[in-house]
Amino acid sequence: MGNQLNYKDNCYTLADNESVLDCLLREQLSVPHSCKSGVCQSCIMQATDGEIPEKAQVGLKPTFKQRKLFLACQCFPSGDITVANADDAGIDVKAQVKEISQLNHNVIKVSLEPSEPFECEPGQYLTLINPEEAARSYSIANNPEKDGVIELHIRLLENGLMSGWLKNIAKAGDEVILRGPAGNCFYSNDEGDDFPIILSGTGTGLAPLYGIAHEAIAKGHKGEIKLLHGALKEDDLYLIEALQQLDKDNQNFTYTPCVLNGEEGKFYQTGDIQEITIASIPDDKKNTRLFLCGAPEMVNSLKTKAFLGGLSSKNIYVDAFLPSK
Amino acid sequence: MATLYERLGGQPAVEAAVDIFYRKMLADERVNYFFDNTDMDAQIAKQKGFLTMAFGGPNNYTGKSMREGHKHLVEKGLNDTHVDIVIEHLGGTLKELGVADSDIAEVAAIANGARDDVLNR
Repeated sequence: MGNQLNYKDNCYTLADNESVLDCLLREQLSVPHSCKSGVCQSCIMQATDGEIPEKAQVGLKPTFKQRKLFLACQCFPSGDITVANADDAGIDVKAQVKEISQLNHNVIKVSLEPSEPFECEPGQYLTLINPEEAARSYSIANNPEKDGVIELHIRLLENGLMSGWLKNIAKAGDEVILRGPAGNCFYSNDEGDDFPIILSGTGTGLAPLYGIAHEAIAKGHKGEIKLLHGALKEDDLYLIEALQQLDKDNQNFTYTPCVLNGEEGKFYQTGDIQEITIASIPDDKKNTRLFLCGAPEMVNSLKTKAFLGGLSSKNIYVDAFLPSK
Repeated sequence: MATLYERLGGQPAVEAAVDIFYRKMLADERVNYFFDNTDMDAQIAKQKGFLTMAFGGPNNYTGKSMREGHKHLVEKGLNDTHVDIVIEHLGGTLKELGVADSDIAEVAAIANGARDDVLNR
């Protein structure tokens, strides 16, 4: 009797030596795929229950493995398995608005208390759905498991559906829905290695980086951790004191605020965050992990520059904040 | 006797080669404008597919998929010179990894075999 494959509330029986992908295709289901050789990664799926054979995760980033993502074409299960499309595996959880506070002139911090555990890693993102059914994605800036609340940094936009609601209407106790989590920008280090970490972002791209930095420090990361936060003007920076304190308290952590249109002789560096980030890449390029979050033009351009500068493609984690349409 | 793919080191060899190869392509002004608007991670995945094929490994490429996959690039001016540059960087990559000249020639021949499909003729 073959192993069972559960997918979207249906149960299929895997034939002998049949991959998860081939089984789903045989059942006439539409699953993205291309090379069928474990190389192109277009058939990536997530296991929500059951064991993933080692072979099905060869070549995937550590954060993918931790999320139980696997290549369906290389997955020949040794037992029953439940799988989902990589983007559908998240769940909806009700949450209450706990607190809304101002971080600077146009960024607010929103703390949400989920009604049941919302399993996620600091740096991943979730979709927030308000009572008016507006939905927007935000990065998780803290460790919710530890804190009991989920913290998001949200930029106030003119006519912003969600930010306007949070600023003008929402109050503590209001009910919202959290969907997710998703994303591969987070700290993962099962082997306890001491690789250098560079975290670089603009605007509220600081949120995931702030979460990742705290998580790496909390887990006793031994390698150096550099956080660079880019802003157009000085007053666009935020959490400055908290990050300066973190810098003081941790020998291996440095905080570098960067202001593009800044003045000389201040507490920040003046100039383009891309150049400052590239200049801060340590000698151990091969093992350095780079996390880039924020404006798409900045993260994509910096990603290419860092790769050409010698960083390994699998060590570059990017979260481009796409504007909502 | 070991196949070409086995001699090169199989999938780990593809992993080792892909960054070197793609970095050469991105740094080369004669070809890098073809990659201007593409997502790097998606490109790396595609390059792994290409390298697996060129290394004589298991792959599902068909003439048809090669043609469709490069059609938009041919419209942007992709021609024989660019294919030559790809094969040049492929050779340079393998040289850096210490692969024997005879094996490099075999890889180049496989890559060259896809030339007409890639150029849609």
